[in-house]
Amino acid sequence: MRQRQAIALLALVGLFVALYLWLYKIGVIGTLQCGSGACEQVQTSRYADLWGVPVAFYGAVGYAALLAVAVLGLRPRLLAERRVTLALAALATVGVAFSLYLTYLELFVIHAICRWCLGSAVIVTAIWVVALSAMRRSV
Amino acid sequence: MKRFYYLLGAVAIGGGVALWYGAQRPAATSPPGTAPPGSATPVVATDGFHGFTLGSDTARVDVTEYSDFECPFCAQFATVQMPVIHEQLIATGRVRWRFRDFPLPGHQYSRYAALVAQCAGEQGRFWEMHDQLFFHHQWAQTGKNPRGLFRDFAKQAGLDLAKYDACVNAQRYDGRIQASVEEGTALGVSGTPTFFVNGHRYGGRSTSDDFKAVADSITKSRK
Repeated sequence: MRQRQAIALLALVGLFVALYLWLYKIGVIGTLQCGSGACEQVQTSRYADLWGVPVAFYGAVGYAALLAVAVLGLRPRLLAERRVTLALAALATVGVAFSLYLTYLELFVIHAICRWCLGSAVIVTAIWVVALSAMRRSV
Repeated sequence: MKRFYYLLGAVAIGGGVALWYGAQRPAATSPPGTAPPGSATPVVATDGFHGFTLGSDTARVDVTEYSDFECPFCAQFATVQMPVIHEQLIATGRVRWRFRDFPLPGHQYSRYAALVAQCAGEQGRFWEMHDQLFFHHQWAQTGKNPRGLFRDFAKQAGLDLAKYDACVNAQRYDGRIQASVEEGTALGVSGTPTFFVNGHRYGGRSTSDDFKAVADSITKSRK
């Protein structure tokens, strides 16, 4: 139960980070509070869109899915349900893989680090670690 | 369990307020990063530049447009009338069109928009940026700092972003824009868009049909 609560909280924070980046991308938020300006360099690079949709939007959808599954999994009748744990681990694994790819792009292709993106990568990695530990416990 | 939901609710409210604050905060008067210390003096001041042009040098009709990228009427003209004018009058060699900047003081980002268009012009893509700024005019309604969005426009317009950044950050063409404003003011321009046809102020309606009629009358009278 504790793991699902932790995942829900982390996913909610990640959701706000992704929403912040997405709202910037679509022009609702004017300036990113980044400190170095590298966030804008990353966000305005051609890698900030995937199939015509801002990458941050995919992040927001992913975090929303994690949040929904984690909160639903807290219902008493689903607490012992292993499929919820598996779903969380699967979603987190996709998130980590996507974050790794984006971080690679930042480091080696764009040559700029967006702190918010890095923050999101840390959050999704933490979710992944918690989801994996929940899986091990449920075996 | 209750404590967890309280915590989740508190994080949700906190995040929501932070996002709302980020979206509501008044944008900077000048987009950040456009004026690094020591670069306030424009590289190019009054350099004899008289606007970006479209059309043949030998066209009998010369139209000068004083325009403001943040002005909704200018955007409407650029997106509705200008494509027809381009097709019927400019592309056919009858009219030469000249664009002059006249950013109005009441518009927060019009001078910045003029600057990014000038920087696009430096790379030979002024009209592509002109179209980006006018055809995606939602930026003028949000009141938000459009720096990132304009950089996206620059990318869409096919600009070298490193050169674009250097130009915008140095405010390289601020002098040109100011010279254009002063020139327009001296000619009596006070609003946008304002047109001059062969040097005479045009007081008619700003429609493609009316410009066609003006071009027709000038062409006939010179035959």
